[in-house]
Amino acid sequence: MAKHAALKHSTHKKRETSGAPVAADAHTSRAKHPAHSLDRLIHERMRLGIISALAANESLTFNDLKHLMHTTDGNLSVHARKLEDGGYIACTKSFEGRLPKTEYKLTAAGKRALENYVSHMETLIKQVRNR
Amino acid sequence: MGSIQLVTPQQEEPPALHTRAMDNLQYIRETMERATAFTAISGWGLVAIGLTALAAALATGFIAGQQKSFKNWLMIWLAEAVVALLIAGWSIDRKARATKTPLLSGPGRKVAFSLSPPLLAGAILSLVLYRSGSTNAIPGLWLLLYGTGVITGGMFSVSVVPIMGVAFMALGAATLFAPAVFADWFMAAGFGGLHIIFGVIIARRYGG
Repeated sequence: MAKHAALKHSTHKKRETSGAPVAADAHTSRAKHPAHSLDRLIHERMRLGIISALAANESLTFNDLKHLMHTTDGNLSVHARKLEDGGYIACTKSFEGRLPKTEYKLTAAGKRALENYVSHMETLIKQVRNR
Repeated sequence: MGSIQLVTPQQEEPPALHTRAMDNLQYIRETMERATAFTAISGWGLVAIGLTALAAALATGFIAGQQKSFKNWLMIWLAEAVVALLIAGWSIDRKARATKTPLLSGPGRKVAFSLSPPLLAGAILSLVLYRSGSTNAIPGLWLLLYGTGVITGGMFSVSVVPIMGVAFMALGAATLFAPAVFADWFMAAGFGGLHIIFGVIIARRYGG
């Protein structure tokens, strides 16, 4: 049982890091519900915040994002790495004098993902209002 | 003997999907607003303000050589404050139009409300110091309180804005403890130099 739960968990994590929207079972009626085709990669609060902040700026440094999101270095790196692996943000590393500088930009895929996510949320709200 | 009854804890209903969706949309909007609070500040506008401040510092130095009086010094810097305010208003409006962000949105209001109390306090304290004849403390006080306003306004923004505020506060503190003859140099370094340096950084990194 525990093994099964662990397997389920790892499958979920794999989906989460892949960047692809979680596809629901096509044979069930639940699949038609917009909540089941959510992009789990940006559904997480911190990652949604990173994407939103980058959507409002051409680029932001690691420190800018840390300050904006009120988070720690470790937490930000983990979530930024997931978004980078999913192709939603691009990271460039350089030196400003002797200090290393990490800069993040939103990619076209990231912008599309945020637009899709917002439209999903709007669909969910509309469905309840139309009931 | 009383019977034992099972008490099931009252579980809160999980929030409805649409409530969570609305919450998520609000979170996106607030994060974007927080991030754009910074971009609302025009880097090139700050550079222009820095240049006019340098001109004001030069003018006070020139007049000091001819007819040294605190009234003349004050008139020049008050005129500079009006010019700086006009440049700031114009450049922020221009940048807001370019980036299609509403000027009086949440972050704009927050920055204005955070910046104005220290500036108002500075105006009142300047009047008190002028009436008591302690005019030597006014340049340091202006730099110190302007820095305070920039830090509080910059708390809704990314790190470079509060850093500029800290630099102004440090310069203000140094001015208060330095001999009064250096006051104009500190004013030029602060309102001129710091605005130009941070203006260039903002303009280069955050789109104008």
